[in-house]
Amino acid sequence: MCATTIIFRRELAAYLRSPMGWVIAAITLLLDGVLFQAFALGAGKRLSAVALAEFFRYSTLPVAVAAIALSMRLVAEEREQGTMVLLNTSPVRDRDIVLGKFLAAFVFLTGVTLASVYMPLLIMVNGKISVGQVAVGYLGLALWGATMLAIGVFASSLTRHQLVAGIVAAAIAGCFVAFYFLSKVVDGPLKDVFASIDLYARHFPPFQQGVLHLAHVVYYLAVTYVFLLLAVKTMEAKRWQ
Amino acid sequence: MIEATELEKHYGDKRALGPVSFTISEGEAVGFLGLNGAGKTTALRVLACDLRPSAGSVRVGGIDAVESPHEVRRQVGFLPETPPLYLDMTVGDYLDFAGRLRGMTAGAVRDRLPEVLKATNLTEVKDDIVRQLSHGYRQRVGVAQAIVHRPKLLVLDEPTRGLDPVQIVEMRQMIRDLKKTHTILVSSHILPEISETCDRLLVIRDGAIVAAGTEAELSSGLLDARSVVLEVAPGAGGEEAVLACARAAAGVTRVDVASRAHGVLELNVDAALDARAELCRVLVGGGHGVLRLDRARHQLESIFLELVQGRTDSSKGAT
Repeated sequence: MCATTIIFRRELAAYLRSPMGWVIAAITLLLDGVLFQAFALGAGKRLSAVALAEFFRYSTLPVAVAAIALSMRLVAEEREQGTMVLLNTSPVRDRDIVLGKFLAAFVFLTGVTLASVYMPLLIMVNGKISVGQVAVGYLGLALWGATMLAIGVFASSLTRHQLVAGIVAAAIAGCFVAFYFLSKVVDGPLKDVFASIDLYARHFPPFQQGVLHLAHVVYYLAVTYVFLLLAVKTMEAKRWQ
Repeated sequence: MIEATELEKHYGDKRALGPVSFTISEGEAVGFLGLNGAGKTTALRVLACDLRPSAGSVRVGGIDAVESPHEVRRQVGFLPETPPLYLDMTVGDYLDFAGRLRGMTAGAVRDRLPEVLKATNLTEVKDDIVRQLSHGYRQRVGVAQAIVHRPKLLVLDEPTRGLDPVQIVEMRQMIRDLKKTHTILVSSHILPEISETCDRLLVIRDGAIVAAGTEAELSSGLLDARSVVLEVAPGAGGEEAVLACARAAAGVTRVDVASRAHGVLELNVDAALDARAELCRVLVGGGHGVLRLDRARHQLESIFLELVQGRTDSSKGAT
């Protein structure tokens, strides 16, 4: 069994064993439910497809919060508790450590995200929705969550304090989302650059509509890869100084 | 087993270690002795491939630690000052995780685990959560994770830190047992702890090795040959005659009576030179019985302080 798998299994078990994992899951689903009731269903009548799109739109917030909460501990906690020494003095590559931890958080987050599937089913009770829209919407949420997790893992690799890691991750994610607003106030080529790297406004709406564009999938995978790579490089720099 | 050559470690501009050179043979148990901040932990972390040396080279089992750190890591078991324990895991799961991280297969870990648990007296807590264990048990789990993959070299950084006296005795015994199958490096700032478990000591001060050798060798270097302890059975003339004889010996500058018991005088004698032969001659010649004559022996802790704080000129750079 490769080191990635060994670390993946330990981290996933840690989420399932600890109250922290379940508390994050519960808060995420609670927040998701509240947003669904308050905004996705709304007060007036609306088409099922619109309600579903709104559900996916508002789900990005709890998924992002959960992703940062899950990932901010991944490396910082190891340093904080002194367990990083075990990994550092084992014949394990940093990319195996980062990948194992990321995948464990991703599987847990995806499980929590999929647990909200009863909400689309509620829409289905009183209307008609496309399975494709549900599938593409959840794919979008999974990619969105993976990106947020990667940002969180990178932030966590920078420090030994989980809280600091969480704040840094939120700041990075906030900056990426704010690029959309920045693109509205600048001219010329910068406008397109900011609009293209914006994390939400350009790339996520197609998923919530049930439209699958490869470009948006590649975008989220690319951002995820870049932040995981940054995390690996940060750990390499800190490990063998 | 270990060849360190001109090894140095700097944190920014601050030199934490070196340059130091030393060799450690296979099967040896070597203690790093020094005060806090002397450089012991840095040295051990470099040897365990946790830190990259700033200069110099270190070879473990013939493999260069800088060029092939993973190869060296496979051969080393490391217990840092604070054991790297996942508190949410059971002892068995944790050791399984540690073994597999070091490249063992699931079957190999399964076969090895009972042996490790027995060697570290952890069999009865195998299914306990690490968080629930006492400090002593946690320290043992730390040792267990260091030996689970059958490393050739075992590096233990202050393994008795924070343990109570009973646990210290148990830990020492455990280290003595591990000596049979491993090359061991132990660090401590407590001389008796190291001297009881190690064959040889390396004394570190300000990042440099200031003395090396067995406890007896180090002690003998610090013993003051000119201070002598005597036990004398007084002959004719009693105590006064004994003192007069002793004071008359060539080179003697001071004679004190340390104790009188059962007709035996214990004397502390200071001399300007090694006066043992002369003292013996004049006392026996004066009709007194010399029951014991020895160089004054410093207490272990005094020796330790002299070594690590450099209170004596006898400390020498050693490799």
